[in-house]
Amino acid sequence: MPLQGYANPAQFQRLARIILPWSAGVTAVSLVVGAVLALLLSPPDYQQGETVRIMYLHVPAAWMGLFIYTSMAVAAAVGLVWKHPLADLYCRAVAPVGAVFTALCLITGSLWGKPMWGTWWVWDARLTSVLLLFFLYLGYIALVNAFDDPTRGERAGGILLLVGVVNVPIIKFSVDWWNTLHQPASVSRLGAPAVYHTMLVPLLVMTLAFMAYYLTIAIIRLRAELAGRRIQTLRLLMIGGDWVAPPPRPAPRVEISDHDPDAMAQRHGPAAWTATTTLNHPHSQAAAPVIPRS
Amino acid sequence: MLREYATDAMSEFLEMGGYAAFVWPAYGIVIVVLAGLLLVSLHRLRRNDAILTGLEAAHPRRRRNATAVSEPAPPSAPEIAGTDR
Repeated sequence: MPLQGYANPAQFQRLARIILPWSAGVTAVSLVVGAVLALLLSPPDYQQGETVRIMYLHVPAAWMGLFIYTSMAVAAAVGLVWKHPLADLYCRAVAPVGAVFTALCLITGSLWGKPMWGTWWVWDARLTSVLLLFFLYLGYIALVNAFDDPTRGERAGGILLLVGVVNVPIIKFSVDWWNTLHQPASVSRLGAPAVYHTMLVPLLVMTLAFMAYYLTIAIIRLRAELAGRRIQTLRLLMIGGDWVAPPPRPAPRVEISDHDPDAMAQRHGPAAWTATTTLNHPHSQAAAPVIPRS
Repeated sequence: MLREYATDAMSEFLEMGGYAAFVWPAYGIVIVVLAGLLLVSLHRLRRNDAILTGLEAAHPRRRRNATAVSEPAPPSAPEIAGTDR
Protein backbone atom coordinates (compact mmCIF):
# COMPACT_ATOMS: atom_id res chain seq x y z
CA MET A 1 0.00 0.00 0.00
CA PRO A 2 2.10 2.89 -1.24
CA LEU A 3 -0.15 5.66 0.04
CA GLN A 4 0.17 4.66 3.66
CA GLY A 5 3.87 5.42 3.61
CA TYR A 6 3.18 9.04 2.72
CA ALA A 7 0.49 9.94 5.22
CA ASN A 8 0.32 7.77 8.29
CA PRO A 9 -1.09 9.34 11.45
CA ALA A 10 2.33 9.95 13.04
CA GLN A 11 3.54 11.78 9.96
CA PHE A 12 0.30 13.73 9.84
CA GLN A 13 0.82 14.91 13.42
CA ARG A 14 4.35 16.10 12.58
CA LEU A 15 3.18 17.92 9.46
CA ALA A 16 0.15 19.39 11.26
CA ARG A 17 2.37 20.93 13.93
CA ILE A 18 4.36 22.75 11.24
CA ILE A 19 1.38 23.88 9.15
CA LEU A 20 -1.03 24.96 11.91
CA PRO A 21 0.61 28.26 13.02
CA TRP A 22 1.04 29.32 9.38
CA SER A 23 -2.49 28.51 8.32
CA ALA A 24 -3.89 30.25 11.42
CA GLY A 25 -1.78 33.33 10.69
CA VAL A 26 -2.78 33.45 7.03
CA THR A 27 -6.43 33.09 8.06
CA ALA A 28 -6.27 36.04 10.45
CA VAL A 29 -4.40 38.36 8.07
CA SER A 30 -6.34 37.52 4.91
CA LEU A 31 -9.67 37.73 6.73
CA VAL A 32 -8.92 41.27 7.94
CA VAL A 33 -7.47 42.38 4.58
CA GLY A 34 -10.34 40.71 2.72
CA ALA A 35 -12.97 42.39 4.91
CA VAL A 36 -11.39 45.84 4.45
CA LEU A 37 -11.18 45.33 0.68
CA ALA A 38 -14.72 43.97 0.47
CA LEU A 39 -16.42 46.52 2.71
CA LEU A 40 -14.39 49.69 2.16
CA LEU A 41 -12.16 49.67 -0.89
CA SER A 42 -14.21 47.83 -3.50
CA PRO A 43 -16.77 49.87 -5.44
CA PRO A 44 -20.52 49.32 -5.30
CA ASP A 45 -21.95 47.51 -8.31
CA TYR A 46 -23.56 49.71 -10.96
CA GLN A 47 -26.68 47.55 -10.90
CA GLN A 48 -26.74 45.93 -7.48
CA GLY A 49 -25.34 48.80 -5.41
CA GLU A 50 -23.89 47.94 -2.03
CA THR A 51 -25.50 44.49 -1.88
CA VAL A 52 -22.72 43.24 -4.14
CA ARG A 53 -20.54 43.15 -1.00
CA ILE A 54 -22.43 40.02 0.04
CA MET A 55 -20.79 38.33 -2.96
CA TYR A 56 -17.41 38.37 -1.18
CA LEU A 57 -18.85 35.94 1.37
CA HIS A 58 -21.41 34.12 -0.72
CA VAL A 59 -19.17 33.00 -3.59
CA PRO A 60 -16.21 31.78 -1.48
CA ALA A 61 -18.62 29.93 0.83
CA ALA A 62 -20.16 28.20 -2.20
CA TRP A 63 -16.72 27.27 -3.54
CA MET A 64 -15.75 25.88 -0.13
CA GLY A 65 -18.92 23.81 0.06
CA LEU A 66 -18.15 22.25 -3.32
CA PHE A 67 -14.42 21.89 -2.66
CA ILE A 68 -14.88 20.18 0.70
CA TYR A 69 -17.45 17.77 -0.70
CA THR A 70 -15.21 16.86 -3.63
CA SER A 71 -12.22 16.36 -1.32
CA MET A 72 -14.36 14.11 0.91
CA ALA A 73 -15.44 12.04 -2.10
CA VAL A 74 -11.80 11.60 -3.16
CA ALA A 75 -10.86 10.65 0.41
CA ALA A 76 -13.78 8.22 0.56
CA ALA A 77 -12.54 6.52 -2.61
CA VAL A 78 -9.02 6.31 -1.16
CA GLY A 79 -10.46 4.96 2.09
CA LEU A 80 -12.55 2.31 0.35
CA VAL A 81 -9.84 1.18 -2.06
CA TRP A 82 -6.61 1.42 -0.04
CA LYS A 83 -8.00 1.34 3.52
CA HIS A 84 -6.00 4.44 4.23
CA PRO A 85 -6.12 5.12 7.99
CA LEU A 86 -6.63 8.87 7.70
CA ALA A 87 -8.99 9.03 4.72
CA ASP A 88 -12.19 8.04 6.54
CA LEU A 89 -11.28 10.05 9.61
CA TYR A 90 -10.77 13.06 7.34
CA CYS A 91 -14.31 12.73 5.93
CA ARG A 92 -15.76 12.37 9.41
CA ALA A 93 -13.78 15.36 10.69
CA VAL A 94 -14.56 17.87 7.92
CA ALA A 95 -18.18 16.98 7.04
CA PRO A 96 -19.61 19.49 9.57
CA VAL A 97 -17.28 22.19 8.18
CA GLY A 98 -18.58 21.55 4.66
CA ALA A 99 -22.15 21.64 5.92
CA VAL A 100 -21.47 24.97 7.66
CA PHE A 101 -19.98 26.56 4.52
CA THR A 102 -22.91 25.33 2.41
CA ALA A 103 -25.37 26.69 4.96
CA LEU A 104 -23.55 30.04 4.97
CA CYS A 105 -23.73 30.07 1.17
CA LEU A 106 -27.50 29.51 1.32
CA ILE A 107 -28.04 32.11 4.07
CA THR A 108 -25.92 34.83 2.45
CA GLY A 109 -27.53 34.01 -0.89
CA SER A 110 -30.92 34.46 0.67
CA LEU A 111 -29.89 37.81 2.17
CA TRP A 112 -28.67 38.85 -1.28
CA GLY A 113 -31.68 37.48 -3.11
CA LYS A 114 -34.28 39.34 -1.08
CA PRO A 115 -33.23 42.87 -2.12
CA MET A 116 -32.10 41.92 -5.66
CA TRP A 117 -34.59 39.29 -6.79
CA GLY A 118 -37.37 40.26 -4.41
CA THR A 119 -37.48 36.84 -2.80
CA TRP A 120 -35.59 34.92 -0.10
CA TRP A 121 -35.83 31.67 -1.99
CA VAL A 122 -36.85 30.20 -5.35
CA TRP A 123 -36.78 26.58 -6.47
CA ASP A 124 -34.25 27.46 -9.12
CA ALA A 125 -31.85 24.79 -10.37
CA ARG A 126 -28.75 26.31 -8.78
CA LEU A 127 -30.39 26.96 -5.42
CA THR A 128 -32.06 23.57 -5.27
CA SER A 129 -28.89 21.66 -6.17
CA VAL A 130 -26.93 23.53 -3.48
CA LEU A 131 -29.68 22.72 -0.97
CA LEU A 132 -29.27 19.09 -2.02
CA LEU A 133 -25.53 19.40 -1.33
CA PHE A 134 -26.38 20.62 2.18
CA PHE A 135 -28.65 17.61 2.72
CA LEU A 136 -25.92 15.28 1.42
CA TYR A 137 -23.62 16.62 4.13
CA LEU A 138 -26.30 16.13 6.79
CA GLY A 139 -27.09 12.65 5.46
CA TYR A 140 -23.42 11.69 5.59
CA ILE A 141 -23.06 12.91 9.18
CA ALA A 142 -26.20 11.06 10.28
CA LEU A 143 -25.25 7.84 8.46
CA VAL A 144 -21.68 7.74 9.80
CA ASN A 145 -22.90 8.14 13.37
CA ALA A 146 -25.67 5.56 13.03
CA PHE A 147 -23.34 2.57 13.51
CA ASP A 148 -21.82 1.29 16.75
CA ASP A 149 -18.72 0.24 14.84
CA PRO A 150 -17.24 3.47 13.46
CA THR A 151 -15.44 1.77 10.57
CA ARG A 152 -18.71 0.28 9.30
CA GLY A 153 -20.31 3.70 9.49
CA GLU A 154 -17.46 5.20 7.53
CA ARG A 155 -17.75 2.58 4.82
CA ALA A 156 -21.47 3.28 4.40
CA GLY A 157 -20.81 7.02 4.49
CA GLY A 158 -18.07 6.68 1.89
CA ILE A 159 -20.47 5.05 -0.53
CA LEU A 160 -22.98 7.84 0.04
CA LEU A 161 -20.26 10.41 -0.69
CA LEU A 162 -19.31 8.68 -3.94
CA VAL A 163 -22.92 8.45 -5.10
CA GLY A 164 -23.58 12.07 -4.14
CA VAL A 165 -20.60 13.37 -6.10
CA VAL A 166 -22.85 13.39 -9.19
CA ASN A 167 -24.40 16.51 -7.67
CA VAL A 168 -21.15 18.48 -7.94
CA PRO A 169 -21.15 18.95 -11.76
CA ILE A 170 -24.91 19.51 -11.60
CA ILE A 171 -24.32 22.47 -9.28
CA LYS A 172 -21.49 23.79 -11.43
CA PHE A 173 -23.35 23.61 -14.73
CA SER A 174 -26.89 24.23 -13.47
CA VAL A 175 -26.64 27.88 -14.50
CA ASP A 176 -25.78 26.83 -18.07
CA TRP A 177 -28.08 23.83 -18.44
CA TRP A 178 -31.21 25.47 -17.12
CA ASN A 179 -32.59 28.94 -17.49
CA THR A 180 -32.05 29.92 -13.89
CA LEU A 181 -32.72 33.07 -11.93
CA HIS A 182 -29.19 32.67 -10.54
CA GLN A 183 -26.59 34.42 -12.64
CA PRO A 184 -24.06 32.34 -14.62
CA ALA A 185 -20.38 32.02 -13.69
CA SER A 186 -18.29 35.17 -13.96
CA VAL A 187 -14.92 34.12 -12.53
CA SER A 188 -14.23 30.55 -13.60
CA ARG A 189 -14.99 30.57 -17.28
CA LEU A 190 -13.05 30.22 -20.48
CA GLY A 191 -11.07 33.35 -21.20
CA ALA A 192 -10.70 36.19 -18.73
CA PRO A 193 -13.05 36.54 -15.77
CA ALA A 194 -15.92 38.92 -16.36
CA VAL A 195 -15.23 40.70 -13.07
CA TYR A 196 -13.24 43.90 -12.86
CA HIS A 197 -10.09 43.59 -10.72
CA THR A 198 -11.39 45.96 -8.03
CA MET A 199 -13.98 43.28 -7.30
CA LEU A 200 -11.95 40.23 -8.28
CA VAL A 201 -9.09 40.95 -5.84
CA PRO A 202 -11.29 41.15 -2.69
CA LEU A 203 -13.10 38.02 -3.86
CA LEU A 204 -9.84 36.10 -4.22
CA VAL A 205 -8.49 37.38 -0.88
CA MET A 206 -11.68 36.26 0.88
CA THR A 207 -11.36 32.88 -0.85
CA LEU A 208 -7.79 32.61 0.44
CA ALA A 209 -9.07 33.47 3.94
CA PHE A 210 -11.73 30.75 3.77
CA MET A 211 -9.23 28.20 2.44
CA ALA A 212 -6.72 29.00 5.20
CA TYR A 213 -9.51 28.83 7.79
CA TYR A 214 -10.52 25.47 6.39
CA LEU A 215 -6.97 24.12 6.51
CA THR A 216 -6.65 25.26 10.14
CA ILE A 217 -9.95 23.81 11.29
CA ALA A 218 -9.47 20.59 9.32
CA ILE A 219 -6.15 19.97 11.12
CA ILE A 220 -7.72 20.71 14.51
CA ARG A 221 -10.71 18.46 13.88
CA LEU A 222 -8.68 15.62 12.37
CA ARG A 223 -6.40 15.66 15.40
CA ALA A 224 -9.44 15.51 17.66
CA GLU A 225 -10.78 12.55 15.63
CA LEU A 226 -7.44 10.73 15.89
CA ALA A 227 -7.34 11.26 19.66
CA GLY A 228 -10.97 10.12 19.92
CA ARG A 229 -10.23 6.94 17.97
CA ARG A 230 -7.26 6.21 20.22
CA ILE A 231 -9.34 6.74 23.35
CA GLN A 232 -11.85 4.24 21.98
CA THR A 233 -9.12 1.68 21.21
CA LEU A 234 -7.60 2.04 24.69
CA ARG A 235 -10.99 1.63 26.38
CA LEU A 236 -11.79 -1.47 24.32
CA LEU A 237 -8.42 -3.00 25.24
CA MET A 238 -9.13 -2.19 28.86
CA ILE A 239 -12.35 -4.18 28.77
CA GLY A 240 -11.06 -7.13 26.78
CA GLY A 241 -7.44 -7.32 27.91
CA ASP A 242 -5.50 -7.70 31.13
CA TRP A 243 -7.32 -5.05 33.08
CA VAL A 244 -7.51 -6.28 36.67
CA ALA A 245 -10.83 -5.56 38.33
CA PRO A 246 -10.61 -4.88 42.08
CA PRO A 247 -13.07 -7.37 43.69
CA PRO A 248 -12.65 -11.04 42.68
CA ARG A 249 -15.89 -12.50 41.42
CA PRO A 250 -16.84 -16.14 40.88
CA ALA A 251 -18.07 -17.73 37.63
CA PRO A 252 -20.18 -17.65 35.48
CA ARG A 253 -17.95 -15.61 33.30
CA VAL A 254 -18.10 -14.96 29.63
CA GLU A 255 -15.06 -13.55 27.93
CA ILE A 256 -14.98 -11.56 24.76
CA SER A 257 -13.43 -14.00 22.34
CA ASP A 258 -13.30 -15.02 18.74
CA HIS A 259 -15.05 -18.30 19.55
CA ASP A 260 -18.73 -18.59 18.98
CA PRO A 261 -20.32 -19.78 22.23
CA ASP A 262 -23.47 -21.03 20.53
CA ALA A 263 -21.51 -23.25 18.14
CA MET A 264 -19.44 -24.60 21.05
CA ALA A 265 -22.54 -25.30 23.07
CA GLN A 266 -24.09 -27.19 20.16
CA ARG A 267 -21.04 -29.42 19.76
CA HIS A 268 -20.09 -30.03 23.37
CA GLY A 269 -23.03 -28.96 25.47
CA PRO A 270 -23.30 -25.70 27.39
CA ALA A 271 -20.86 -26.74 30.15
CA ALA A 272 -17.98 -27.30 27.71
CA TRP A 273 -18.03 -23.70 26.61
CA THR A 274 -17.67 -22.27 30.10
CA ALA A 275 -14.98 -24.80 31.02
CA THR A 276 -12.80 -24.29 27.93
CA THR A 277 -12.98 -20.53 28.02
CA THR A 278 -12.13 -20.48 31.71
CA LEU A 279 -9.19 -22.86 31.29
CA ASN A 280 -7.83 -21.44 28.07
CA HIS A 281 -7.91 -17.84 29.06
CA PRO A 282 -4.50 -16.56 30.21
CA HIS A 283 -6.07 -14.75 33.13
CA SER A 284 -8.21 -17.58 34.40
CA GLN A 285 -6.50 -17.31 37.77
CA ALA A 286 -6.81 -13.56 38.03
CA ALA A 287 -10.13 -11.97 38.61
CA ALA A 288 -11.47 -10.93 35.25
CA PRO A 289 -14.43 -8.64 34.96
CA VAL A 290 -17.76 -10.15 34.11
CA ILE A 291 -18.83 -8.85 30.77
CA PRO A 292 -22.39 -9.51 29.83
CA ARG A 293 -22.67 -10.35 26.16
CA SER A 294 -25.00 -7.96 24.51
CA MET B 1 -16.25 70.23 10.85
CA LEU B 2 -13.86 67.37 10.49
CA ARG B 3 -15.80 65.42 13.11
CA GLU B 4 -19.03 66.07 11.22
CA TYR B 5 -17.46 64.83 8.04
CA ALA B 6 -16.18 61.70 9.80
CA THR B 7 -19.59 61.04 11.35
CA ASP B 8 -21.28 61.45 7.98
CA ALA B 9 -18.84 59.10 6.30
CA MET B 10 -19.30 56.59 9.09
CA SER B 11 -23.09 56.66 8.98
CA GLU B 12 -23.02 56.47 5.20
CA PHE B 13 -20.79 53.42 5.47
CA LEU B 14 -23.10 51.83 8.02
CA GLU B 15 -26.17 52.52 5.88
CA MET B 16 -24.70 50.48 2.99
CA GLY B 17 -26.71 52.45 0.44
CA GLY B 18 -29.95 51.46 2.14
CA TYR B 19 -29.10 47.75 2.19
CA ALA B 20 -27.70 47.67 5.74
CA ALA B 21 -30.38 45.17 6.77
CA PHE B 22 -28.96 42.63 4.29
CA VAL B 23 -25.22 43.32 4.12
CA TRP B 24 -24.45 43.51 7.85
CA PRO B 25 -26.38 40.40 8.90
CA ALA B 26 -24.57 38.47 6.14
CA TYR B 27 -21.16 39.50 7.51
CA GLY B 28 -22.29 39.04 11.13
CA ILE B 29 -23.63 35.54 10.60
CA VAL B 30 -20.53 34.40 8.72
CA ILE B 31 -18.15 35.70 11.42
CA VAL B 32 -20.20 34.32 14.32
CA VAL B 33 -20.69 30.90 12.73
CA LEU B 34 -17.06 30.47 11.65
CA ALA B 35 -15.76 31.60 15.07
CA GLY B 36 -18.23 29.31 16.83
CA LEU B 37 -17.21 26.31 14.75
CA LEU B 38 -13.54 27.04 15.52
CA LEU B 39 -14.21 27.29 19.27
CA VAL B 40 -16.25 24.08 19.34
CA SER B 41 -13.52 22.23 17.41
CA LEU B 42 -10.73 23.53 19.67
CA HIS B 43 -12.72 22.59 22.78
CA ARG B 44 -13.22 19.07 21.48
CA LEU B 45 -9.52 18.66 20.66
CA ARG B 46 -8.48 19.83 24.14
CA ARG B 47 -11.01 17.53 25.83
CA ASN B 48 -9.95 14.49 23.80
CA ASP B 49 -6.25 15.21 24.39
CA ALA B 50 -6.89 15.49 28.14
CA ILE B 51 -8.83 12.20 28.26
CA LEU B 52 -6.13 10.46 26.25
CA THR B 53 -3.34 11.75 28.47
CA GLY B 54 -5.30 10.57 31.52
CA LEU B 55 -5.88 7.10 30.07
CA GLU B 56 -2.27 6.64 29.08
CA ALA B 57 -1.00 7.89 32.45
CA ALA B 58 -3.38 5.70 34.45
CA HIS B 59 -2.52 2.50 32.59
CA PRO B 60 1.01 2.73 31.24
CA ARG B 61 1.38 -1.08 31.49
CA ARG B 62 -1.68 -1.71 29.39
CA ARG B 63 -0.29 -0.84 26.02
CA ARG B 64 2.75 -3.06 26.24
CA ASN B 65 0.97 -6.05 27.73
CA ALA B 66 -2.06 -5.91 25.51
CA THR B 67 -0.27 -7.31 22.49
CA ALA B 68 1.99 -9.66 24.45
CA VAL B 69 -0.56 -11.46 26.63
CA SER B 70 -4.01 -11.79 25.16
CA GLU B 71 -4.17 -14.67 22.72
CA PRO B 72 -5.44 -13.22 19.41
CA ALA B 73 -3.21 -10.16 19.45
CA PRO B 74 -5.40 -7.09 19.05
CA PRO B 75 -4.52 -5.27 15.83
CA SER B 76 -1.30 -3.34 16.51
CA ALA B 77 -2.37 -1.47 19.63
CA PRO B 78 -3.20 2.21 19.68
CA GLU B 79 -0.22 3.52 17.73
CA ILE B 80 -2.19 3.59 14.49
CA ALA B 81 -5.67 4.21 15.70
CA GLY B 82 -8.44 3.55 13.25
CA THR B 83 -6.66 1.07 11.04
CA ASP B 84 -8.23 -1.99 12.61
CA ARG B 85 -10.97 -2.99 10.31
